[in-house]
Formats: sequence, structure tokens, C-alpha cells
Amino acid sequence: MLGKTANGLYWMYRYLERAENTARLIETGQRIGLTRLDQDDDEWASVMQSASMFHGYKETHDEVTKDGAIDWMLRSKDNPSSVLSSISAARQNARLVRTALTNEVWEALNGCYMKAQEILKRKVTERDLPAVLEVIRQRTALVRGMTHGTMLRNDIYDFARLGTFLERADNTARILDVKYYVLLPSAFSVGSSLDNVHWETILRSLSARGGFRMAYGSQVNARDIAQFLILDKRMPRSLNFCATKIYANLRYLASDYKTEPESSVLAQRLVESFMHNDIEVVFEAGLHEYIQSVLNALGELGAQIEKDYRFYE
Amino acid sequence: MNEEQKIFDEMWGRNDELRDPYKEFQSWFQGEDLKRLRAKQREAEEVFRLTGITFNVYGRSEAEERLIPFDIIPRVIAGREWQKLSKGIEQRVRAINAFLHDIYNRQEIIKAGRLPREMISRNEAFLPQMMGMTPPGGVYTHIVGIDLVRTGDDQFYVLEDNARTPSGVSYMLENRETMLKMFPELFSTNRVQPVQNYPTNLRRSLAACAPNKCEGTPTVAVLTPGIYNSAYYEHSFLADQMGVELVEGHDLRVVDGRVAMRTTEGYKPIDVLYRRVDDDFLDPLSFNPESALGVPGIMDVYRSGGITIANAPGTGIADDKAIYSYMPDIVEFYTGEKAILENVPTWRCSEADSLAYVLDNLAELVVKEVHGSGGYGMLIGPTASKKEIAEFRKKLEAKPGNYIAQPTLSLSTVPIFTKAGLAPRHVDLRPFVLCSPEGINITPGGLTRVALQKGSLVVNSSQGGGTKDTWVLED
Repeated sequence: MLGKTANGLYWMYRYLERAENTARLIETGQRIGLTRLDQDDDEWASVMQSASMFHGYKETHDEVTKDGAIDWMLRSKDNPSSVLSSISAARQNARLVRTALTNEVWEALNGCYMKAQEILKRKVTERDLPAVLEVIRQRTALVRGMTHGTMLRNDIYDFARLGTFLERADNTARILDVKYYVLLPSAFSVGSSLDNVHWETILRSLSARGGFRMAYGSQVNARDIAQFLILDKRMPRSLNFCATKIYANLRYLASDYKTEPESSVLAQRLVESFMHNDIEVVFEAGLHEYIQSVLNALGELGAQIEKDYRFYE
Repeated sequence: MNEEQKIFDEMWGRNDELRDPYKEFQSWFQGEDLKRLRAKQREAEEVFRLTGITFNVYGRSEAEERLIPFDIIPRVIAGREWQKLSKGIEQRVRAINAFLHDIYNRQEIIKAGRLPREMISRNEAFLPQMMGMTPPGGVYTHIVGIDLVRTGDDQFYVLEDNARTPSGVSYMLENRETMLKMFPELFSTNRVQPVQNYPTNLRRSLAACAPNKCEGTPTVAVLTPGIYNSAYYEHSFLADQMGVELVEGHDLRVVDGRVAMRTTEGYKPIDVLYRRVDDDFLDPLSFNPESALGVPGIMDVYRSGGITIANAPGTGIADDKAIYSYMPDIVEFYTGEKAILENVPTWRCSEADSLAYVLDNLAELVVKEVHGSGGYGMLIGPTASKKEIAEFRKKLEAKPGNYIAQPTLSLSTVPIFTKAGLAPRHVDLRPFVLCSPEGINITPGGLTRVALQKGSLVVNSSQGGGTKDTWVLED
């Protein structure tokens, strides 16, 4: 496989995952706005922070408004990570690696792109927002499903999965980081349950409400949420889960190619760190510091994968 | 007599008598409902959009991808008509290859006085870098497209040879695929010769031209200028269908005397490169030094037998419009036979007598730039305004050597589907030819381009032309 193709696959799936995550965050933001009584739009600053989009927003907008935030996250062409920009970038990469994709995957993605172009052509009114986000979620899920159902389990698939899980881990880590103040040890040491709005934000933005309830029941506390989102092996968006998938796909590549590249070693180290940690250790180190170290490790891992598999010249 | 009545229609002839190849089609069409067909036409468009069969428009924004309009009415050619055509095509392609070998080696045709030396020496399409070089297998034009037009029952002309990087074959294949999906019933009443083997044949044909240094099964790759090229879809389609890598210049470099592609496991040599990049951009060390699309040093590897480039560099000398007028001589010179396919009579404006005639008859002639393509920079006398003719006259007088002129042919029409039912439109045909040491392979049919505007003769997709499926029937 061409290094360029591996690169294109990796980014296609990163952008696809990003589009989905951003759509979910917008949904969360709207939901919170609807369920609170005061009128300010403060929550949107934090939502945009979770998506690492606040910096760009501030540079182009004077104040934080709900409409401004939604448009920025959903369809702004000036925001490279908006849903529309991400889907366009995913498709651009897909065109680049067209020969590595099945027809089903390509058509699902191209269909997703065409649909997104159509429904995001004009500003989306609040009334239409839920339906629009639903379509985005379904269309991206269709690409994922087609990938799962039609692609050979070979190096092509491995690079697709690496992109997916690196993006996902990054996303989960950032959401935790932005919200870390609500999960500070002081909060749970008193044994108080968290402010509704905050735990809603965290769990909803990771599609984790149902899963959490199944695993821990309806009582919410900071310790359990952190445990669930960082260390839980069953939760498909937890850091541990993502790292384990990344490591597994790197192992497949290594055995296919009969090499033992540095990236496998880094991924293994990351996975082992989750196995040894228990959540108390995380809080002792400081959640923010801990998350930062995970983000750094992910960044390093991504760079090493690019190098090991010759993404660039 | 009315001009309209003289035009030959491939379905109805000149006298409104249903021609044989269209009989089955006609009986099917009569039983069809216009509303259903309109829905089918829209459905076809959806299929094309979803599949991403688009072309990028040069000079437009990056995002601009357009569909080439597809018409659902097939163009039907009888098996016996095709047989004669394919013989003529094969003869012409053999002659083109022999001509290229001669021009880049002994230049017998010039010595024999059949072609003026300046046609070569002053021609930009001639590449001195190719002198004395014979490509692997002696094949210069691995892929050729011959543009044909029809004016009567038994009258075909070659409008143009495409010996560099002919495009459009993906449309031939996708058009058929779409028709099979939408109108399966038509294929059970008509025995249509298949085109689907093209990608397999292409790969085999390319592999058969592998260079000396190739070890084992030849590695083939398609070289594209990139995602913003107007034909990018076709490049990725062909690579996909052949099951080979689609590479860009920056994926390649010369490693140990071979051209190699950067893979996830390191550099891997390529044996045959089907390049869809123009000569000029192929190697910044040999040609345009600014080019970022090519591979520095590929020409050295080529000369030392390390890679096959398809088509060979310098084949443009054979399809140049100035050379075109010599094609009947060229065919005769190398095959010893008269050309089976006729050329359109052509005046070379570089010759004083011809120029005088052309200037006197501008309103009746089609005048083309010798090096132009895509239907740009040409004058269609009969449909041009007085002002356009006057302006063109100035250009022609300033640089007569840049132009050739041809009579306006009354191109045949075939029916297309319009809101009101069937309506005749002018067409041309580009059959695709593969050459290798194993022989010449012509896919039955080819790409039919159709001028969708009533009365228009311009079939180019960049100027409002469409395409349709082309059937060659099994007789």
C-alpha cells in the first residue's frame, strides 16, 4: 500500500469521527440550553472548548451566542473542524484513496457528503437542528457500518481504525479535560452528586448515558464517571478502549508487515498504563495533569505512526 | 433542398426508414411510457452523482465538480458496420506505431519525401529526447483513441487521432453499467457486445510491455496529476478496476536505477507506468523544470530499460493536427495498403494556395488550431457571425501556420431523450484501442459524445456535450 494511501485512510476516518463528535457536542449544547432556566449562552463557550473550536471562534466573533456557536460548529467553512468541513475533508481524502475503498463505503461517504451539502447549505434554524443532526449521525453511521460490513480486514482496515480511535481518544480526553473542574477530587470527597447539567454534558457528549446507567446504575458521581470514561474496557469511547484498539491494529500491521515498529511499542506502553492505573491514582496525580499526559502520548503516537508507515516523504 | 433533410440519422436514415440495428430498440421504445423514462433519466443522474463520476472544470474553484450529462438512449451500431471500422482502426493504429518508431529512429518517411522535414523539426510535439530510443516491446502508443464521425450509411471519417493520453474510457464503462442496471430488459432482446473486459485487457496489455529489468509479475501503476485534475475520476477508476496503485509524482522517486513508489513498507519498484500526465510534466530534469507532477530522473530510468512509460513520451507527434493531414500517406507508407478509414479533407493553411482558398471560403469551413484541443480556439464557419469570422480572419492571416481547415461535415445524428420524446442530435465516436506485443485489442463501441443543443456540432464535454452508451450488436 502507498504511504499516501495509508495517510488518506487515516485522515478520512479521523475526519469522519470528528464530524460525528462535533455533531454530538452541538446536540448536547442545545439540549442543555433547553433544560436550564437562565438565559445566558455561557454553556456554548465550554461546548466549543470541548471541541477545541473556541479559539477560532473568538478570533472571528465578538461575543458568544447560541446561534453563532451552532453555525460555527456545524457549517462554517472558516472552521476546519466544523461538521461540514470535516465531512468535506473526509470525502476529499476518500477521493484520494478511492482505490482502497469498497464501492459501498465510497457511496455511503459520498452520499453523506451530498446530503450534508444540501442540508447545511443555509443557516439551520433551531427548529430544524435536531432533524439535521439526526441525519448527520445516521449518514456517518452508515459509512461506519459499510466499512465494517464490506472492507477486508487487512492493512487498509487497520489504518482506517487507527484514524478512528486516535480521533476518538483525543475527543474523549479533551472533553474530560475541559470538564475536569467538575470532576475535581474535592467534589467527590464530600460525596456530593454532581450538578445535573455537568454530568449530562459529559455523558451526553460521549453518548455514554445509557452505558453508564447500565454499568453503574442511576447514581452519578465523579469517581464513577472518570473510571468509566478513562479506564472502563467495555465503554467504546473510553481512553482505555481506544488505546487497546489502536494497539491491536498496530499489532495486526506489525504482523502483516513482519516488522516491530516504534509505534507499536508506544501504543503498548499506553495500554499498559491504563491497566496499572486505578482511578485513585489518576486523581492523585491530578486529573488535568493526567489527561495532558495522555494527550501528549496520543500526539506522539500519531506522529510515530506517520513516520513508521511513511505517510509523507 | 432543405439542409436538415440531408443529414443522416443513425436510427431513421435519410428517408425516415427505420434502420436495422434500431429495430429491437424501437419496438421496446414504443411500449415505453415517457413518464417512466423521465424518471429513469433522473435516476441515472443520481447514480452518476453518487458514484462520483464527475469531472473538475479547469480554472474553477476546487469544489466545482460537474456531471457530464448522460443520455439514456443507446446508440446502436450493427456488427458488420463495426467489423469494417475495427479493421480500419487497427490498420491506422499499426501505422501510427510504425510512424513513431520511424520518426524517432531512421526517419525513412522523410527521406522518401512523403513528409516534409519541417513538419517534424519545427513541431513542438516532437521530443528530441526520444531519438534513437525504442520502448519495451516496440510499443509507443499503448492506449489510443480514434475519433470518428459518420456522414452516411457507409461513410465514416477519422476526425482526430488521440495518441497521447486519450480520456473518456471510464464513461464508456460507467454508461454501460448504468444501462445494465436501468434497462436490463433491453439487453435480453439485443445482443450487445460487452465492453466490461476493458480494465482486464488494459492491465494485461500494459503488463505485456514490461521492461527488461522487470522481475516476476510486472508491477503496474497509474500516474495522475492529482485530485484536482479534470480527469481524476477516470484515473482512480482505472487504477481501481485494474487493481493497481494510483500514484502521484510525490509518491515516486528513483531508487537504485528504478522508479519506485513509497509504500507503507518502503520503496517498491514500478515496471509499467500508465501515466496520465503530459510529456512536459513527466520529468523536471528532462522537460519542464518547474514540474512538480512528474518524477525527477524517470527519463534516465526509461532509457536504461528500467521502466515502461505508457504512452511513450513524444507520441504527440503522431496526433498533431498538422500531421493529421498526412495520415493517409503515413498509413500507406507503413502498411503498404490504402487507408481503410478516410481522413476529413484538410487544407493546411501553411501552404499559400490552401490559405487563399480557406480565406475565400471561411463561412463554409471549420478552422482549427493545429495544437488546440477541447473544441477551443476553432471557428465553425456556417454557424459563426460575420463579426466572429472577421475576427478569426485576422488571427488566421497573422499566423496561417497555426491553422488547418476542413469542410463542415453533415455529421450523423442519433436520437436523444428530451422532454418531448426522441430528438436527433449530432454525435461522434471514440473507440479505445490497446496495443501490446500480443496484438491490438479494440473494445467494441467506445465513447459516443453527443451535442445536446439542437443543431450544435460541438460534442466536447467542456462545452455542453453529453455521452451515451454505444452498442455494437452481435450480428
